[in-house]
Amino acid sequence: MTTTALDTFPRLLLHHASARGERPAMREKHLGIWQSWNWSQAAEQVTAIAAGLAALGFQRGDHLAIIGDNRPRLYWAMCAAQCLGGVAVPLYQDAIAQEMVFVLHDADVKFAVAEDQEQVDKLRDIKAQCPLLQHIFYDDERGLRHYTDVLSLDALQQQGREFARQRPDYVAAEIAKGGAADIAVMLYTSGTTGNPKGVCQTHAAFIGSARGDVAFDGFTADDQILSYLPMAWVGDHLFSYAEALVAGFTVNCPESSETVMIDMREIGPTYYFAPPRVFENLLTQVSIRMEDAGWLKRKWYKYFMQVARRCGAEIMDGKPVALGDRWRYRLGNLLIFGPLRNTLGMSRIRVAYTGGAAIGPDLYRFYRSIGINLKQLYGQTETCAYVSKHANGDVKLDTVGKPLPGVEIKIAHNGEVLVRSPGILKEFRKRPEATAEAIDADGFFRTGDAGFFDSDGHLKIIDRAKDVGKLNDGTLFAPQFIENKLKFFSHIKEAVAFGDARAMTCVMANIDMQAVGDWAERRGIAYSGYTDLAGRPEVVKLIGECVERVNADLAQDSALAGSQIKRFLILHKELDADDGELTRTRKVRRGFIAEKYAVLIDALYAGKTSCHIETQVKFEDGRAGMVSADVQISEARIFSAGELAKAA
Amino acid sequence: MQTRTIGEVILDIRDVSLAFGGVKALTEVSFDVREHEIRAIIGPNGAGKSSMLNVINGVYHPQRGTIAFHGVQRTQMRPHEAARQGIARTFQNIALFKGMSVLDNIMTGRNLKMSSNIFAQALYVGPALKEELRHRHKVEEIIDFLEIQSIRKTPVGRLPYGLQKRVELGRALAAEPNLLLLDEPMAGMNMEEKQDMSRFILDVNDQFGTTIVLIEHDMGVVMDLSDRVVVLDYGKKIGDGTPDEVRANQAVIDAYLGVKH
Repeated sequence: MTTTALDTFPRLLLHHASARGERPAMREKHLGIWQSWNWSQAAEQVTAIAAGLAALGFQRGDHLAIIGDNRPRLYWAMCAAQCLGGVAVPLYQDAIAQEMVFVLHDADVKFAVAEDQEQVDKLRDIKAQCPLLQHIFYDDERGLRHYTDVLSLDALQQQGREFARQRPDYVAAEIAKGGAADIAVMLYTSGTTGNPKGVCQTHAAFIGSARGDVAFDGFTADDQILSYLPMAWVGDHLFSYAEALVAGFTVNCPESSETVMIDMREIGPTYYFAPPRVFENLLTQVSIRMEDAGWLKRKWYKYFMQVARRCGAEIMDGKPVALGDRWRYRLGNLLIFGPLRNTLGMSRIRVAYTGGAAIGPDLYRFYRSIGINLKQLYGQTETCAYVSKHANGDVKLDTVGKPLPGVEIKIAHNGEVLVRSPGILKEFRKRPEATAEAIDADGFFRTGDAGFFDSDGHLKIIDRAKDVGKLNDGTLFAPQFIENKLKFFSHIKEAVAFGDARAMTCVMANIDMQAVGDWAERRGIAYSGYTDLAGRPEVVKLIGECVERVNADLAQDSALAGSQIKRFLILHKELDADDGELTRTRKVRRGFIAEKYAVLIDALYAGKTSCHIETQVKFEDGRAGMVSADVQISEARIFSAGELAKAA
Repeated sequence: MQTRTIGEVILDIRDVSLAFGGVKALTEVSFDVREHEIRAIIGPNGAGKSSMLNVINGVYHPQRGTIAFHGVQRTQMRPHEAARQGIARTFQNIALFKGMSVLDNIMTGRNLKMSSNIFAQALYVGPALKEELRHRHKVEEIIDFLEIQSIRKTPVGRLPYGLQKRVELGRALAAEPNLLLLDEPMAGMNMEEKQDMSRFILDVNDQFGTTIVLIEHDMGVVMDLSDRVVVLDYGKKIGDGTPDEVRANQAVIDAYLGVKH
């Protein structure tokens, strides 16, 4: 085998099989015990699947659909398709059958690998609608013994080994034919409007991006990753497939989706990714369990978490910290932080990433302060999730870091982030017009996100570009960015910001009944219900303080300083999906709210100090009622950058 | 797509009568169970369903009648003898060791299969070690089968009801029975838990070829799962046959809906 360059995934696999054949490539917990496969076993498995596919007529350019949880053999099947010059098409395992029909059609899928009976049943249900689909293979045989029209991966590999005896050089020759510019994988983007688009990525794109990441964070063959996020998601493909094959580290597959936390403790990954909500859930669990802990433990936890909040993140970033705090932190590490990291399965983590959604500063600070190197990354399917990342020691809570090596970022005049990198998609499947629209003449990809660079050169993503507007004086106005900042305060449940094509930014807020209710009770403030509580002067003052802190934050960014919140009000009723004010996924419907509460908006912009309003509300039993109130409108303090510098 | 074949009669119950003092729990009940089938016993409250199961696995001894299991007739048999013959059961009100983990609870189901003596087991040496590993493997297969990996080490008392029922099924399966008696496996479960449990029962029957006798109140479940149904009322058999036959049986309809006297 004379592979000159390691420029395709199959060649990387063969390289590891010869360079570190005995080192673990893949682990999976089965029947309570971690099973492992080393690189030479993995290579054998992949070539057996490849030969089996070849025996059944898999051609160069064919697509192999892969549906299921993270399983070693599903990852190997991806690589097997690539050995033959084919394209792997991982699908989301929770997609309903009808959603799969579109993808199977779009990708002209003839071969599919499904994890288990559930997925096989889905595929068989839609087989009639997808006449091209000829072969279905499965990994887990449970419940499938009586199916005659599907084949187990075991049987496929058996056929492959038979085929390899007759034509021993076939697979090797096919691997040799492959080129870096071939399409390696197609990932479908979940289109919020219309059908999903198949993002075609080449070997070069993913390998280039993975090499960049591996160099940036210094991953080696000794790293461990737990692969539990959907295989169809670009992040998993980059971390668990591309980077694992580039760096040669070990991929660990959990026993089942419910055992991830237990498996994580057992494996102790060194490299970890989770979306913000996972970190949020973990923190909630920790808080609840600490409430139930003994008196002494509670005391210690409270004390040392204060120490951590004060200096933990600074110690991690190598910044100077007072000697006393340094010693207190060490003691805390011994008594609280270390055991806590161990319970979370995060003892060995060198780098942890999050991304994909806004993460609250408190949450972010919590993990960093107990010694977990949590950072943010930014990217999308079309860029192999390789755009920007925080570097170790250069972390800012509200940015996504600096552009990664090899990535060029431009900010368009409307604030949209444009990216040029080796990881840019080759094309959208069968959608030349969409491809042309997404990539401009200079090869920059339009991300659809609005952002800007702050004074330290960090990229800051503020909103979807189409939602970003401008105030009358031309200042950038990013409603979601402002709303998210407000919602990070536990007292504010919902916020709606207005300002596009207006003179200033104004906000309508909903208080969080639970949090503010508790707050009021502790202060002995009596109230009868939401409307009453929302109208209390003390509550208005409380929310006003939150608004001013957001303003102080905004003032630090020259691009957003002009969009500070000038006036705000607390709505007299809670925004509700039943009243059409929120979507079912609890996103605010800004346009609808603007129309419904036009009176309030007029009052906000006319400079009135209060406004009477009557609103119809729907109750859960279907009846309707009226709520009326005099809503108080307040001014918020505006900061200038100079003022803040003086205060600090 | 079931291809399993219903075999010969493996359990034959003839004219069984059971009374506690003056209370007649069962009166001359006869029915049979064939190999690989799912046989349901239904009937209103107090019809004698649980008593019937207790007679089958030797907890109660009927005053009259015969029971033949695999052709061997018996009148008196104690529960552990029934277990040795390959009869396992679950209970209406869960009977697990609450303080022990799921794994240990299922392991207790392997008790009869353990051959090394208590001292070797206590010292955990030689053949006892090998044996333990073998049993653990079997238990892990059951855990995998019932999809309870995430609670392997959790004490049973901390689990919700539906999961405890599943663990109890796991312990019964650990004995590798050829006849499995399930006493209201789905009582008190919500729709989703019932669906899960039904799937497990069908899978047990299909994959291990286990013959199953079950008592259940949910008629929908009974009619979907079972091959044949026997209906008891006031200790007497009033119907026997396929779900469709039983559904059309006037005596059964009367027993469930009541008749004018």
